[in-house]
Amino acid sequence: MKQLNENILEVKDLETYFFTEEGTSKAVNKVSFSLKKGETLGIVGESGSGKSITSLSLLRLIPSPPGKIVGGNIFFKGEDLLSKTDKQMRSIRGNEISMIFQEPMTSLNPVYSVGEQIAEVIRLHQNLGKKEAWQKAVDMLKLVGIPSPEKRAKQEPHELSGGMRQRVMIAMALACHPEVLIADEPTTALDVTIQAQILELIKNLQNELGTAVILITHDLGVVYESCDRVAVMYAGKIVEYTTAKELFENPKHPYTIGLLNSLPRLDMDQEELTTIPGTVPSPYNMPKGCSFAPRCAFAKKICEEMVPDLQHIDQMTQVSCWKHTVQWDREFVVHEKVGVE
Amino acid sequence: MLLFIIRRILQTIPVLLGVSLVVFLIMQMVPGDPATLLAGEGATKQTIEMLRHELGLDRPIIYQYFDYVFHAIQGDFGESLRNNRPVLDEIMIRLPITLQLALASILITVVLGMIAGIISATKQYSMADISIMIIALLGISLPSFWFGLMLIYFFSVNLHIFPVAGWGTIQHMILPAITLGAGGAAIVARMTRSSMLEVVRQDYIRTARAKGLKEHIIIYKHGLKNALIPVITVVGLQFGALLGGTVLTESVFAINGLGRLIVDAIRTRDLPMVQGGVLIASVIFVFMNLAVDVLYRYFNKRIDLN
Amino acid sequence: MSITVEEKKVLLSVNQLKQYFPIKGGIFGRTVNHVKAVDDISFDIYQGETLSIVGESGCGKSTTGRAILRLDEPTSGTIQFQEKDLLALSKKQMRKVRKDLQVIFQDPFASLNPRQTVEQILSEALAIQNVVPKENRKHRIEELLGHVGLRPESMERYPHEFSGGQRQRIGIARALAVEPKLIICDEAVSALDVSIQAQVLNLLKSLQRQFNLTFLFISHDLGVVRHISDRVMVMYLGKVVEIADKKSIFEQPQHPYTRALLSAIPVPNPVQKRERIILTGDVPSPIDPPTGCRFHTRCPFAIDICKSQAPELKISAQNHQVACHIVS
Repeated sequence: MKQLNENILEVKDLETYFFTEEGTSKAVNKVSFSLKKGETLGIVGESGSGKSITSLSLLRLIPSPPGKIVGGNIFFKGEDLLSKTDKQMRSIRGNEISMIFQEPMTSLNPVYSVGEQIAEVIRLHQNLGKKEAWQKAVDMLKLVGIPSPEKRAKQEPHELSGGMRQRVMIAMALACHPEVLIADEPTTALDVTIQAQILELIKNLQNELGTAVILITHDLGVVYESCDRVAVMYAGKIVEYTTAKELFENPKHPYTIGLLNSLPRLDMDQEELTTIPGTVPSPYNMPKGCSFAPRCAFAKKICEEMVPDLQHIDQMTQVSCWKHTVQWDREFVVHEKVGVE
Repeated sequence: MLLFIIRRILQTIPVLLGVSLVVFLIMQMVPGDPATLLAGEGATKQTIEMLRHELGLDRPIIYQYFDYVFHAIQGDFGESLRNNRPVLDEIMIRLPITLQLALASILITVVLGMIAGIISATKQYSMADISIMIIALLGISLPSFWFGLMLIYFFSVNLHIFPVAGWGTIQHMILPAITLGAGGAAIVARMTRSSMLEVVRQDYIRTARAKGLKEHIIIYKHGLKNALIPVITVVGLQFGALLGGTVLTESVFAINGLGRLIVDAIRTRDLPMVQGGVLIASVIFVFMNLAVDVLYRYFNKRIDLN
Repeated sequence: MSITVEEKKVLLSVNQLKQYFPIKGGIFGRTVNHVKAVDDISFDIYQGETLSIVGESGCGKSTTGRAILRLDEPTSGTIQFQEKDLLALSKKQMRKVRKDLQVIFQDPFASLNPRQTVEQILSEALAIQNVVPKENRKHRIEELLGHVGLRPESMERYPHEFSGGQRQRIGIARALAVEPKLIICDEAVSALDVSIQAQVLNLLKSLQRQFNLTFLFISHDLGVVRHISDRVMVMYLGKVVEIADKKSIFEQPQHPYTRALLSAIPVPNPVQKRERIILTGDVPSPIDPPTGCRFHTRCPFAIDICKSQAPELKISAQNHQVACHIVS
């Protein structure tokens, strides 16, 4: 089924489950979103939200067992990635869709030089000879702002700092000029000043190469500065999906509101931080109905009984919340939510 | 790195001195007097005393020890009490044979062990994996001399594929090498398996997959080189066990090597021969360990990520 | 909680603290060089306040905390606490002082013994310092759990049965158990999700009010630091570069590093506009730190004197000290 529009990536009802002794975990539970050419989409969530599993699912890198993509479609340039063969997926990975990870310290192979690791992906997808691939690798190192690239290319990862290793990862990911870059928490393990450098670098390269970026993070500040659109995830589902500006100026989902409120502000003093009472439900034991309902101050009976779908409430915003549906006012508040351990 | 090597070489000196002292003292404590044995049955006390004096066995022990060390450093390990030939010469005739056996065994240990370990790891929990691990367990548990005898029984006596005993051609080498190397192969297999299993969980393997590489390149190019690092240490340690194992294997297969030489020397209380043999074996062992340490350190500086 | 100027009584005073870690090398394994993790710093902590130490990795903030607790023995300097120099005490004397000097660690998963129940963990703390006689311990534990928002039944459970935020609360209960005067929080909320972090920060603040605690809060997260501190100390490569009242530091940062640090933080606030100072290069190695001012290699404003002479901490405004040639 081909879909022709300006969306380079279209994810529809993606479901990735993990089958373990403790039960079945619905890590990604009917997630849908799209990515336009050259756009930056942020996927935000705390631990257990399913954001990382979503990104791994896009490239079909889910460890299987115990995980499995059990449903949905991932349309890349109109074709469903979930129906492609292994061989076809391999030619897409690192080539048309690339990924960089959170821990630059451990994501590079310690026994090979960084130049070799970049040249490898170039040789693989672009059919260049050893010498040409190496030269291109050195060029990529220069592009990502590493000084003395010829010398650095021969060095091994342990000889580079965390910031530089992440630059190497970026160079490796962009070497074949992919159309989509998935960045899974690329700056979380780095110092704040290095983080700023890396985010700036990604932005610049994105403009230069026209790459679309999916930026996965738990840091709302990063999202605000770097993303065009944002999807907020909670317990395996997208609860709010809108532009970055709208998300921060006018958050709709109670979880998003709670999350924004619990951030300590840099610009003013607060006596107490607003918190979201309770904790994230276990993925093996999800509540019936809306998974956020047990912690939501606005929950009504319908929230506890039925799972809300992600729906448009205006042209740019989709929310998965009964409060933003037409029938809300007809429902009664069932009971007060109290912060409890 | 160079400094490290020099430091380690300097450290071997006290080790070797210690070894020589221990061997010397043990031989002193073992019952049985070389002079008495040499003199034979029915020798008079006088003869034995004369023999003892000739052999220098009546001097104070400390004197005997230091005299020994002094000569040993110069390469003079004394003469065999049995046939008066220089100890060093006797050892040097047999040493190459033992080294050949040891090398052949290491080859079996490493190659067989690694292949088995890789198969096990890449097909975790499959029939192949389980069978390999059970065979490995047997390999470690069964005594080598029994195993050697079984091999001779089946392959030499019954099937006539290999010669029963002796040394000289490749066919002579095979059964002894298997006997000696099997235990090590089992250990290496288990080590390789667990190391590979750990390596494939690492982040850089995930990165390699995200690059679109084929699975077998990921395992063999990216995984194996990292997985082998702990295996190197195991192989190094195996070499020590190997030197000890040559004693039994050489006896079972009637190979004229250093191991057998030392065993015979102990039996006949041929003190200089025992000391010389053990000391030479220790030197080899110590330098083998040094080589392993250097190799490990060479790989290890890359592993030190934090 | 803020305190008035008149109430300022020094609880702990650090003087010329140095923590050098030896690097061995050469043929005989002699010490060839040092990692100068903390290089001659001095500061006071006042009774009842929360002083935060901020900085990026390698700045020496965690090392400072550990040095005060003598978890690593400092190379030199003095630490005055309750009229004693902590560094001159014997191990036995130090044990007694530890009752008043507690710590909460970063990793809620690693800092609790997985083989002990919560009751055992807290009992042990009470037993070591003998704060409460044996008969009353169970009751005291229930009390403590209540203070940190955990149910009494939690006593019988093991750490792995709790979430990260809950484990951190257990860590807090453990620190509180011995009724300390000063608690050092070493990146105590860094490993927690934002919403849990907020819960724990609120808890720390309320406990401070309730028990008149003093906190030394070590963190790299300036947002958290803003929320919880009275005063802030910024460190870079083993040195203190700026120390001031919270308001002063955030509204009028003076040291170029502090300014760069503040500007680098991505802020989800449409209202706040900042000029961004992006530092070039990486942090230099603490084994061979730059000469003069340690920050000069990355400082956009460095002048000649910065390369040769290390600046001293000087008062630049009320309750505000900076170590910078350009500012003074």
